[in-house]
Amino acid sequence: MAPILNISGLFKNYGATEILKDINVSIDKGDFLVLVGPSGCGKSTLLNCIAGLEPISGGTIRIGGQDMTHVSPKDRNIAMVFQSYALYPTMTVAKNITFGMQVRGVDKATQAAKLAEVAKQLQIEALLNRRPGQLSGGQRQRVAMGRALVRDPQLFLFDEPLSNLDAKLRVEMRTEIKRLHQDLGASMVYVTHDQIEAMTLATKIVVMKGGVIQQVGTPAEIYTRPANTFVADFMGSPAMNLIPARASGSRIEISRAGAAPLVLHDPRASLSGDILLGLRPEDISEAGTRTGDHVQTGEAQVDVVEPAGADTFVVAKLGGKAVTARLAADTRARAGQPLAFGFDLAKVSYFRPDTGERLN
Amino acid sequence: MTDISAPPRRPIGQTLLRWGLYAMLFLFAFYYLMPLFVMLTTSLKSLEEIRTGSLVALPREVTFDAWATAWSGACTGIQCEGLRPYFWNSMLMAVPAVALSALIGAMNGYVIAQWRFPGANLIFSLMLFGCFIPFQVVLLPMARTLGFLNIAGTIPGLIFVHVIYGIGFTTLFFRNYYVTIPQELVKAAKIDGAGFFRIFWSIFLPLSLPIIVVTVIWQFTQIWNDFLFGVSFSQAGTQPVTVALNNIVNSTTGVKEYNVDMAAAIIAALPTLLVYVVAGKYFIRGLTAGSVKG
Repeated sequence: MAPILNISGLFKNYGATEILKDINVSIDKGDFLVLVGPSGCGKSTLLNCIAGLEPISGGTIRIGGQDMTHVSPKDRNIAMVFQSYALYPTMTVAKNITFGMQVRGVDKATQAAKLAEVAKQLQIEALLNRRPGQLSGGQRQRVAMGRALVRDPQLFLFDEPLSNLDAKLRVEMRTEIKRLHQDLGASMVYVTHDQIEAMTLATKIVVMKGGVIQQVGTPAEIYTRPANTFVADFMGSPAMNLIPARASGSRIEISRAGAAPLVLHDPRASLSGDILLGLRPEDISEAGTRTGDHVQTGEAQVDVVEPAGADTFVVAKLGGKAVTARLAADTRARAGQPLAFGFDLAKVSYFRPDTGERLN
Repeated sequence: MTDISAPPRRPIGQTLLRWGLYAMLFLFAFYYLMPLFVMLTTSLKSLEEIRTGSLVALPREVTFDAWATAWSGACTGIQCEGLRPYFWNSMLMAVPAVALSALIGAMNGYVIAQWRFPGANLIFSLMLFGCFIPFQVVLLPMARTLGFLNIAGTIPGLIFVHVIYGIGFTTLFFRNYYVTIPQELVKAAKIDGAGFFRIFWSIFLPLSLPIIVVTVIWQFTQIWNDFLFGVSFSQAGTQPVTVALNNIVNSTTGVKEYNVDMAAAIIAALPTLLVYVVAGKYFIRGLTAGSVKG
C-alpha cells in the first residue's frame, strides 16, 4: 500500500532565506506523525506546505498516492485544526461545521446528518446554536475539531491546537485527541513545540531545527537513541545529561571537582578522545537500588536536592557540568554531601562534542 | 467604630475639580451650540421680526414660511425652485458614491490585509498618499478625464470623482480593520473550499458592520458637504445642494432674507446630522474596534 503522506526532497525558500531544507518524510495510513521543534524551526511552515497553503520551492508532496504538489488546498482531501481555532465569528457552531459542505454543494439532509453525528461524537450538541464568541476555549477547540471531522478526510492536520488552553484542559484534550485517533484510525500530522505532547501522541516523531530534520523515529527511538545532542537535549524533561568525558577503548574518564576522576567501563564501547556521555536522569540511580551488569557506581558531591513528590531530583557536578539524577522520593541524598550513584550504561548514548553526532 | 458605616466623604478638592470640569463642559457645549441656536431661531422668524428683534431672542411668532421658501421657492440665479431639485441631485450623487467607494474600499482592504501579494505595501502606501493630495491639485486633470469619458457636467461624473477620491480613505479604513483579523481564518476557509469572493461575502463582510458604519458616515459627510468638486464639475440642473445653497445666499436682490438663508443652510446640513445621530454610536465603536479581539 502506498503511504498516505509522502514528502520527498521538499525545499521552501522565502526569497534568499531557506526555511525548509531537503525534507523527506513518509507515513502510513493510521499513523500519528508529530512535527516537533523549537519555534522558528519550520514545523508550521511544513504543515502549511502539506496543506497547500504555502507554495513549495522544490520537491514533491503525495497524499494518498496522488501527487498533490500543485493541487489547491480544497482538493487535497485534508482537514486542518488551527492554533487560534479560526472559527468563523459571525456563524453559529452548526454553520461553522457545515460551511465546508455548504460551499461544496452537499445537500441539506446529508449536511444535517453529518452535523448530528459529529456533534454527538464531540458532545457539542448543546452548543450548536451559539456563536464562537460565546464559547470557552475548550469548547471552541471541540468545534474546530468538529469542523475537521465532518470532512472525513484522508489526512488530518493540527497546528499547535492545544497551546492556547490552560494546563489542565490541555492534558484533557490531549487524551481526547489520542482517543479520537484510536477510534477513527485516522492519519494525522500534528505540530507542537511541546515535547511531552509529541511523546504521548505520536506513533512517529520528526524532530526539526533550523528547517532541517534532525531525526525521524518512534517516540521510544527518539527518547532512548537520540541522533544528536540537539534531540537529546530537546526531548525529555528534565533533559538528558550530557557529561563531558575522555575515552580510550572501553575506559571512560569523567573529571570530578576536588577528587580523582570517575572511571567507568563500558565493554561495548570502543571510543577515543573527548566525548559527551549522555544519560537520562532516570538512568542515574542511587547506588545499590538498581542492579545489573551494566550499572556501575561512582561517587559525586550533591549540590541541590529538589523533591518533586513522586521523585526527587538530585543535582551533582560531574565533568564540570550540573548532572541531574531522578531518584526515589525517600533518597538519602543531602545537599553538600557525597553520594554514590549508579550509572546504567545499557542506556548510555555517546556523542561527538564538536558536531553533536551520535557515536554508538 | 461608628464611622465605618458612614459613606466615605469625597475630599473638598476633588468636588471642586468635578464642578470645574462640568462647568467647562457646559461652556464648550454652549459655545458650539450657539450658532445652531441662532440659525434655528432666525429661520423661524419673519423678516420684520429679524429687523426689529435681538439676534439671540426666541421668535415671538413661529412661522415656517422661510422653510417653505427655502425648500421650493428661493431663487438661485434666475430659477426660483428652492433647494428641492438640488437636494435630490445630492442624494442621487451621494448614495451611489458612498456605496461604491465603501464596496471598493472593502475589497481593496481585504486584498491588502489578507491576500498578501508582492508590492502590496507599496500599493497601500500609494493609496494612502492619495488621501493627502489636496482637491485643488486634481481639478484640471479631472476635468480632462471627465471630458474624455464623456461624463462632464453630469451626476455620474460627480459620482466618479467622489468614488475615486474616496477610495484612499475607505481602503485605509477597511485595511486597518481587516489586518486585525487572524490570517488563519482565510486558511481555514480555503481548506473548507471557499474561494476569494466566497470568503469575502460569507466571512469578512458579515464581520465588518462597525467599519462599514464608520466608512459610510465619513464618506457621506465628505461627499454631501463637498463644494469644490460640486461647483467645478456640475452644470445647471446637476448641481448638488451645497452649490445651490451658495447660489441662494449670493443671488438675493434687495432685502437679504436671513430667515430663508438660515432655513436653507439647515436643510442642506440635515442629512449628515441625521446620519450621525442614527449611526453615531457605531461610529465611536467602530473607530476603537481594532483594539478589541472578537
